[in-house]
Amino acid sequence: MSTMPLDKPTVRRIPDKLSTPTARLLGSWESLLAAVAIAIFFANSLASPHFLDPWNLSDATYNFTEKAMIAFAMTLLIISGEIDLSVAAIIALASTAMGAAAQMGFGAPALVGIGLGAGLLCGAFNGLLVARIGLPSIVVTIGTMSLFRGIAQIVLGDKAYGGYPADFAWFGQGYMSDLSWWPSWHAFEVVTFEMVAFLVFALLFGVLLHMTAFGRRIYAIGNNAFAAEFSGIPVRRTKFVLFLLTGLMSGVAAVCLTSRLGSTRHSIAAGWELEIITMTVLGGVSILGGSGSIGGVVLAAIVMGLVTFGLGLLNVPGIVMSIFTGLLLILVIALPIVVRRLRASS
Amino acid sequence: MSVVEAVAEPAHPLLEMRGISKSFPGVKALDGVDVALYAGTVTALIGENGAGKSTLVKVLTGIYQPDAGDILVDGAPVRFADAQAAMRAGITAIHQETVLFDELTVAENIFLGHAPKSRLGLVDWAAMRARAGALLHAIDAPISPYARLKDLSIAQRHLVAIARALSVEARVVIMDEPTAALSHKEVEDLFRIIERLKGQGKAILFISHKFEEIYEIAERFVVFRDGRSVGAGRLAETGQDEIVRMMVGRSVEHVFPKAEVAIGGPVLEVAGYSHPTEFADISFTLRRGEILGLYGLVGAGRSEFCQALFGITRPSAGRLTLEGKALAIRSPQDAIAAGIVYVPEERGRHGAVLPMPIFQNVSMAVLGRTTRAGFLRLAEEFTLARRYAERLDLRAAALSVPVGTLSGGNQQKVVIAKWLATLPKVIILDEPTKGIDIGSKAAVHAFMSELAAEGLSVIMVSSELPEILGMSDRVMVMREGRLAGIWERDGLDAETLVRAATGNA
Repeated sequence: MSTMPLDKPTVRRIPDKLSTPTARLLGSWESLLAAVAIAIFFANSLASPHFLDPWNLSDATYNFTEKAMIAFAMTLLIISGEIDLSVAAIIALASTAMGAAAQMGFGAPALVGIGLGAGLLCGAFNGLLVARIGLPSIVVTIGTMSLFRGIAQIVLGDKAYGGYPADFAWFGQGYMSDLSWWPSWHAFEVVTFEMVAFLVFALLFGVLLHMTAFGRRIYAIGNNAFAAEFSGIPVRRTKFVLFLLTGLMSGVAAVCLTSRLGSTRHSIAAGWELEIITMTVLGGVSILGGSGSIGGVVLAAIVMGLVTFGLGLLNVPGIVMSIFTGLLLILVIALPIVVRRLRASS
Repeated sequence: MSVVEAVAEPAHPLLEMRGISKSFPGVKALDGVDVALYAGTVTALIGENGAGKSTLVKVLTGIYQPDAGDILVDGAPVRFADAQAAMRAGITAIHQETVLFDELTVAENIFLGHAPKSRLGLVDWAAMRARAGALLHAIDAPISPYARLKDLSIAQRHLVAIARALSVEARVVIMDEPTAALSHKEVEDLFRIIERLKGQGKAILFISHKFEEIYEIAERFVVFRDGRSVGAGRLAETGQDEIVRMMVGRSVEHVFPKAEVAIGGPVLEVAGYSHPTEFADISFTLRRGEILGLYGLVGAGRSEFCQALFGITRPSAGRLTLEGKALAIRSPQDAIAAGIVYVPEERGRHGAVLPMPIFQNVSMAVLGRTTRAGFLRLAEEFTLARRYAERLDLRAAALSVPVGTLSGGNQQKVVIAKWLATLPKVIILDEPTKGIDIGSKAAVHAFMSELAAEGLSVIMVSSELPEILGMSDRVMVMREGRLAGIWERDGLDAETLVRAATGNA
């Protein structure tokens, strides 16, 4: 620093960081989640002899992969201070669009394009209302939640679309070992396409959020949108892109889910928005915006998947699982606030 | 007027404050002030922004407890534990921004917190509306007690605030800049009400920046400067010049360093800059290495003008020329790209992202430079942050601690560092030393000189006359959204600026 034109005799050297990376990692929410995931894994394997079967475990991943792919985009959106409650309704609309196209005889590639396109359009609509007109996202997406699913309901009524082309089934039901380039080792046989998609998207969103300027700007916007605006960050454009991304990922989930079920009803993915937001918040994303990580959400997805699967093995009815999701949501939102209060009062 | 003059001024004050002191961390807001208020008399409280006027009001209304000193009502010492206690003692205030509730009716606003109760302990709505109607009638306010506050004009809201102040058995009425948002006609209406209150024997403390109003309505005055009461007396015996001298009264050369810097050619030329509501027809030229002070009262449109220069709001008319090239600024991105940056007045709200680390705040506006193909390079960010942290003598435990954990002065240094990192040509500092400790203040001032010496052009918005006079090469004054004049530093005195800012020629 000898080039600095300083007349002060001594320059205080400020360290980059105070704590070591290991110390920060150990004290983090992510470590706690990892511990919980391991504990549930062991509890499950004790509770049911069927749990450790590789094919069972592979099936179990469907409990979270599709939801988690949306949760990744939701993570970015919630960190920026917005929310999208219409994601499950986007699945319904995108799935209906694909079903209608399938009736008209379109092939698998076209159906995928239609599913993703429908997701993008819905995301763009949300984004326009929030970022351009400036409406609160919670209100906008409660509205579009009814709107998108309402359209699906009008189109479908009590009917269901089926008759998807045979090769379309692979996205939701296929194994990677169906592909010629996939290593033919025994342990890799059970890996599904969705599992790989989940990991790839986790990586992509993780890099986007934690390693790029775009991700940094999301944190700045979520922590103080005014200061972000005053720092020359295009706040509205960034938020629009995030709604677009969330819509796109809902489209991706719609392709996977429709392919897996092989049919579309208007009630498809009902109530998923709540599970996706629970997953995001459980992953350590502040519901008030400004903080959170993709790593946490990946772990939260696995925790929720393991719990759902474990309860399923124990023959716990679905309604109990939904009670569990509700309680979990309240708990993970309340926990950080209660902890902060306790710290402040002590 | 004849009614007022007929009332002889009582010999003993109704309310007296003796040696009141109040400190906050790093600031002595009040330092042994004396104020006396007399029944049937308006006393004007005069002083620059930050002289301690608002703190005095808060002490008087029981919001703050003084560290030292006595408050006497009718000669007997009193102590107000909270705002309710002051209200019971008959002291009531209309604040700069009186807190009223849009969704409630006029009557509810007037009696919020002390509504008349029926025998069952429930709100006696009929009595409340009747008394609200009577209060409004007493001040000649043609407002229905049933109206919702959100449907009223600003002036009408003000009348509601006055009615609220009078809804308790008030003996002392404090009016903190009551005319700031009122038109000429509405000010006249307000003055009629004040005359009526005088006639009822109430003691009134009237806080205003505007000399013509003070001389019109008040009989007595108190001048505050830096938290001390530096003069008091009868206005009839005291000229404006004398009061301005009391307000300013100190030699400024020793307090603020401004290095002599060779001033270069024009950098930024502003011609006819206008905004639909906030300011009109602002023209000036800013030169290289110059510090241009921008002085004016609160509400003169200074921040609004600067924010338009920075692209936060768009002007309705006017031209900008930067280094000879015409420039259209539509967003902060445009301004930053052109080399114009703005350090806002509200540091925590607009300046810094407090929960984020220092280094991320510093790099926030130059992520294009510290990234490669959109990917962050943390080492670059730390290097950048360290360079400016050392240059600004930032005091922090580490560059990765949140800005919110720093003191106000160090937070300001982080905001300034963020803008210096963009290598600007023009830096606009809006009240750069407001609310920061003396040490950091001196550091910011020294640094401004350094920047000017390096060829940067600085616009410094400030409400502190010593800062304006000590730091500026030239001073521009705005009044009510318009340019009131530009002066060279040589031979400039505070009186000239205060007159220009208050419109008192």
